[in-house]
Amino acid sequence: MSIEAVPVNFDPDCLLRPGNTNCGGCGMSNGLTMLGRALEDEHYSMVIPACCGIVTAGAYPTTGYNVPVVASTFASSPAFASGVAAVNALNEVDDGGKRHVICWAGDGGTYDIGMATLSAAAERNEDLIYICYDNEIYGNTGGQRSSATPLTARTATTPRGKGEGKKNIIKIMAAHRIPYAATLSIAHPDDFRRKIRQALKIKGFRFFLMHSPCPTGWKTEPAETIELVSLAVRSGIFPLYEVFDGENYRINVEPDGTDPEEYFDKQRRFRGPEMNISSVKRFVEARMKRLKRLESVSEFDAD
Amino acid sequence: MSMQLVTGNHAAGHAFGLAGEANRTARGAVCGIYPITPQTEIVEYVAKFSFSKGAVVPVESEHSAMGVCLGAAMNGARSFTASSSNGLAYMAENVMVASFYRLPIVMAVVNRTLGPPWNIWADQGDSLMFRDFAWIQLYCETSQDVADTSLLAFRLAEDPRIMLPVMVCMDGFIISHTSMEVELAEQEQVDRFLPPCNVPHKLDFDQPKTMGGMTFPQETVAHRHELQEAMGRVPAVFEEHRERFRDVFDRDLAGAVEAYYCEDADTIFVTSGSISTTMRDVIDKRRERGDDKVGMVAIKMFRPFPVDRIRELCAGAKKVGVLDRNCSADRGGIFWQEIRAAMQGGGHPLIQGYLTGVGGCDVIPKTVHEVVDDLLGRSEAGEPVWKGV
Repeated sequence: MSIEAVPVNFDPDCLLRPGNTNCGGCGMSNGLTMLGRALEDEHYSMVIPACCGIVTAGAYPTTGYNVPVVASTFASSPAFASGVAAVNALNEVDDGGKRHVICWAGDGGTYDIGMATLSAAAERNEDLIYICYDNEIYGNTGGQRSSATPLTARTATTPRGKGEGKKNIIKIMAAHRIPYAATLSIAHPDDFRRKIRQALKIKGFRFFLMHSPCPTGWKTEPAETIELVSLAVRSGIFPLYEVFDGENYRINVEPDGTDPEEYFDKQRRFRGPEMNISSVKRFVEARMKRLKRLESVSEFDAD
Repeated sequence: MSMQLVTGNHAAGHAFGLAGEANRTARGAVCGIYPITPQTEIVEYVAKFSFSKGAVVPVESEHSAMGVCLGAAMNGARSFTASSSNGLAYMAENVMVASFYRLPIVMAVVNRTLGPPWNIWADQGDSLMFRDFAWIQLYCETSQDVADTSLLAFRLAEDPRIMLPVMVCMDGFIISHTSMEVELAEQEQVDRFLPPCNVPHKLDFDQPKTMGGMTFPQETVAHRHELQEAMGRVPAVFEEHRERFRDVFDRDLAGAVEAYYCEDADTIFVTSGSISTTMRDVIDKRRERGDDKVGMVAIKMFRPFPVDRIRELCAGAKKVGVLDRNCSADRGGIFWQEIRAAMQGGGHPLIQGYLTGVGGCDVIPKTVHEVVDDLLGRSEAGEPVWKGV
């Protein structure tokens, strides 16, 4: 059997440089690549708290990132970014145009330890883009529960399955009446790109939630990462939608009736006896119904 | 320059406002602010200041207040904030980032007792818990000292040989809330005194770097060594900038260590903060009425600790008494411990510790006279002597 050399994209200007040491099948890495492409003509820096996102940079003095990056403390990325953004705003003319600031944080830094900082920055409507890559665990420390871990999922600290459901972070962020909040899927790159470009047109706090499989923590096949997120969208487990001004909802991809069981079956973290698929299905259906109701009462300018 | 009756908080706020405004020709000024008694007036003053190129970000916690300063300084702005007590403790994680990232942030610390139980009065235990964080620490004696030191702090912090954050500390209420006549700087003077802030490692879009990724032990030890070296340069650089301060403001500012009657003193008291003023008064009285050869070493610069100068001043003393408005449970006063370490190999005076003003207890002339009497009557050093218990 002969092994064919696969050409690799060695674009030296891409956001996530070749040669990084991220795990195979890492959802976050795919997200960074898509983000970089969506922002290719923009000037931006990133603020990354303690998480796999900063490990991605690699060891000093090298870096896996092709934009200026500041590592913040775990809870602080929106605060650091507020400072960076404030200086950008004061120097827009000297800097030769707008410089965006992007927070790139995991679910631990977003749903848990960074919640107060995030909420405050959203309330102040800071001019920054916050992207939470949600792998539903503390991935960097070996896979412990976070408040983004779904019901029944087994983690290093929920060996008998998590007894509580996942926080609805989009609802929390929408409640801050920020101009824009949306979900992102790496299985839908066009939708991903459109939303990032959409966010660039808006001033103020913009929040994204990106579904981000962690094969190591989820006990999934690295090669199936894209298939997993695709199943999550199709089955309604991870709906793709956007919320304008905290009020107006738009569903971007309609679930196609795929059975959620297909999504769960591929992950060993959901194989415990506590997994109750029928209650999950009821929850997913009810949420989709609620989103549709919110969409139906939403108001958009004719566009 | 105008003489005005102002509090220590006002003096700090005024200095911060002018220092921030002075950077309008560079990348401006940005500070994160959050209130806590007794420093609140400082951040209120800054919030009211009308900057031509500046932003004040009123955040939800001290941790984020420093976070904003870190992001702003990393993006090249002049940055400052203020805190006290538990607020400072809550900020701690981001406080260390300022020195690890070599960001010239200036923070006013109005010293207040840590709690609970809640106590708003002066105790240096809050800022002293950061003694190992590679921040320069300056403890002010008066509101004038606060006004001057706050300005000098920026020049020192932003000096390319230093690039370290500075805490400007003052005793809560005793200095922060009492008024004295202060010569307040004018904008034009501060513009001359402070060069534009330049953070050489600020975000660079042409040469993108990641600040704060992984480092291994060999890089980390080099980094810590650089911090140590930079700290070592501070006393000399401080004197240079003090000289420049004299040129611009046409007067002196209190030095890193102030000696009072040390030349012929056989008994020297080491003080800091507002206690120095009381001690100076007590020494005057003692010198007037008798032949007690007492003197004082008033320490403003705690980090770096001016070991050489202190040894020099205490070289001829038979006894040294150290007054601490703080207590490290078990080891007693922190200045006392520092003095004991500094005097190793620098003569063998008897060194006695006094815990005065812990938890905000008043240190009145009577308290200080008792300390003086105790040390004069002593033939050997013992456990720290508590006042107020």
